[in-house]
Amino acid sequence: MLKFALAAAAALLSTAAQAQIEIHWWHSMSGALGDRLNELATNFNASQKEYKVLPVYKGSYPESMTAAIAAFRAGSAPHILQVFEVGTATMMSARGAVKPVYLMMKEAGEPFEPKNYLAAVAGYYSDSKGNLLSLPFNSSTPVFYVNKDAFKKAGLDPEKAPKTWKEFGIAAGKLKASGQVCVYTTGWPSWVHVENFSAWHNLPIGTKENGIGGTDTQFTINSPAHVKHVSMLADFAKQGWFTYSGRTNQAEARFFSGECAMLTSSSGAQANIRRNAKFDFSVNFLPYHDEIKGAPQNSIIGGATLWVMSGKKPAEYKGVTKFFTYLSSTDVQAGWHKATGYVPITNAAYEATRKEGYYEKVPGADMAVRQLTNKPPTANSKGLRFGNYVQGREVIEEEMEAVFSGKKDAKTAMDDAVRRGNDILRRFEAANKN
Amino acid sequence: MEKRVVFRSAWLPYALLAPQIAVTLVFFFWPAVQAIWYSFQLQDAFGERTQFVGLANFAALFRDANYLHSFGITALFSALVAGCGIGIALLLATMANRVIRGALGYRTLLIWPYAVAPAVAGVLWAFLFAPSVGIITYALRRAGYNWDWVLQADQAMALVVIASVWKQISYNFLFFLAGLQSIPRSLIEAAAIDGAGPMRRFWTIVFPLLSPTTFFLLVVNIVYAFFDTFGVIDATTQGGPAGATQILIYKVYYDGVKAADLGGSSAQSVVLMAIVIALTAIQFRFVERKVQY
Repeated sequence: MLKFALAAAAALLSTAAQAQIEIHWWHSMSGALGDRLNELATNFNASQKEYKVLPVYKGSYPESMTAAIAAFRAGSAPHILQVFEVGTATMMSARGAVKPVYLMMKEAGEPFEPKNYLAAVAGYYSDSKGNLLSLPFNSSTPVFYVNKDAFKKAGLDPEKAPKTWKEFGIAAGKLKASGQVCVYTTGWPSWVHVENFSAWHNLPIGTKENGIGGTDTQFTINSPAHVKHVSMLADFAKQGWFTYSGRTNQAEARFFSGECAMLTSSSGAQANIRRNAKFDFSVNFLPYHDEIKGAPQNSIIGGATLWVMSGKKPAEYKGVTKFFTYLSSTDVQAGWHKATGYVPITNAAYEATRKEGYYEKVPGADMAVRQLTNKPPTANSKGLRFGNYVQGREVIEEEMEAVFSGKKDAKTAMDDAVRRGNDILRRFEAANKN
Repeated sequence: MEKRVVFRSAWLPYALLAPQIAVTLVFFFWPAVQAIWYSFQLQDAFGERTQFVGLANFAALFRDANYLHSFGITALFSALVAGCGIGIALLLATMANRVIRGALGYRTLLIWPYAVAPAVAGVLWAFLFAPSVGIITYALRRAGYNWDWVLQADQAMALVVIASVWKQISYNFLFFLAGLQSIPRSLIEAAAIDGAGPMRRFWTIVFPLLSPTTFFLLVVNIVYAFFDTFGVIDATTQGGPAGATQILIYKVYYDGVKAADLGGSSAQSVVLMAIVIALTAIQFRFVERKVQY
């Protein structure tokens, strides 16, 4: 009898579980960020009974994207996939594999207003008609970190971080003279010194609105201004003012350990720097070249968005829309922004955080948003969309390394980067024509 | 008279061979054929649009000066890995073979690194040699040497060679030790009585008798350098700086797995396959003649 009752109870439980619609979410957030992400899913699951979001960590950004591609080919893709910004063109061209977010929202009858999202963020992930294709999730932008103690030691005003690259040069000289081993380093060389350099000075990275207007785009990063900037960095390296640290975020540890006095890297590094630095530091706008007219414009983002995969049931899409609405809600966004250091993706979340006085308490936390919204984005500064940009960025970084190690001059290297990059773009165009 | 055991049944030998053949077909031939097939195609990442492009993938590869450059890098890398790996292992094995007390302990320690996964080996070495926080970097800096493999091509190459060799030494060591132990002591003793010194005994007796092992290890090490080292490279230099450690297999991995360019990656693996087949054929044709079995 007892056995029978247990079996019946188990059966009841299992039907209850089955009634809940499962939504699989593949992501690349590890460590503390992964914990925050799991919290989002847990809280959403607790807030209602119909849907259950199941987050799965699938490795680094390229790894989870490769996993999703393999899963799609095998017919078992997840519902939601977190894709980094350089994968945007690839996802957009996979028309049969993805479900555009604006379309999914419309079909599910979910209220959705793209204008609520920060223009600098949404623009990056919209088609040329302004339709949002994927949901902005974690966005950051490069900012300029300064070790105030090192500035003091060098006899510089710690409250005045260099605004232009000219001022930067003067400060660098004094820091070097004060015995600073490493004066300046940077994370993400291509993202900071080519992509954001272009947007910040309102210069095109490629034709066709940086590729947003079509796949028949070409790189334009060998312009005199680009060459001059890279060549300036090479000069800095020669004088011992600039130390190259590698292609990802290796530079950040060198800053918070005190080895390097200045750093340009992701605004997302703030939490880590705040935790580890044993000195006073400030977060500032990226330096700019004042001889270039219109600078500074606005910077562009990096990070990732959530793409919805195709071929799922309408009820499941309904669940995804509910989850997305939850993620974009002001409280959730403001909480995520404060906990992770990523940019708040909606205007309302930014306002709410500001009003609550958070930015007075944590100076610098709003620097990324302010830099992204410095001016209304232009065709040059709303984002970029280059096919196979994982390879494209690698080419740019290889060529920059050739300059910094003294193997090539800046002009030759940037010409080579454009030529090799364009070959990659043509391959992508050929592979993705209808 | 030679003794031969012959299967009387017509099908039994084939049935016994079948599992091995099936494994080879499924895990070696099928992927190889697929790689060849994909190398003639241009595909978007999700495989929605596929075009047959003939030799266009290969043409694109050989137009790329950096791809041609990575042949040179691969040749240098393989020669260094195989040369250092075999040389050091031979030295260690000869030494370990002479040790009498605690021989087991020495041998175990020397064989240990083989159990470490390539990626882990890469990370370990990357930590030791990290540009700012590595212990060895620190020591080198104190000695006045500017160690900065993030930008210095030669240092980056040295780093990946050291990590790859360290990983492979144990394997080579095992084979050399076994080879050394199978050399009859009487031969060496006879030479010693005739007045041959240790060096002379080594080069005229031990080394020639070890030549089958050395030859086998040469083939295995070159294949190792060509195919198995991308884990080490991925964990340390990732092909940089400026392509200085971009060996062929790493580019195959990067373009295929990270950049989702299946056609380009397949074309590269077909080229790589051709090279290794050719190399192995050459080794068997020319080097093996010098081997004394």
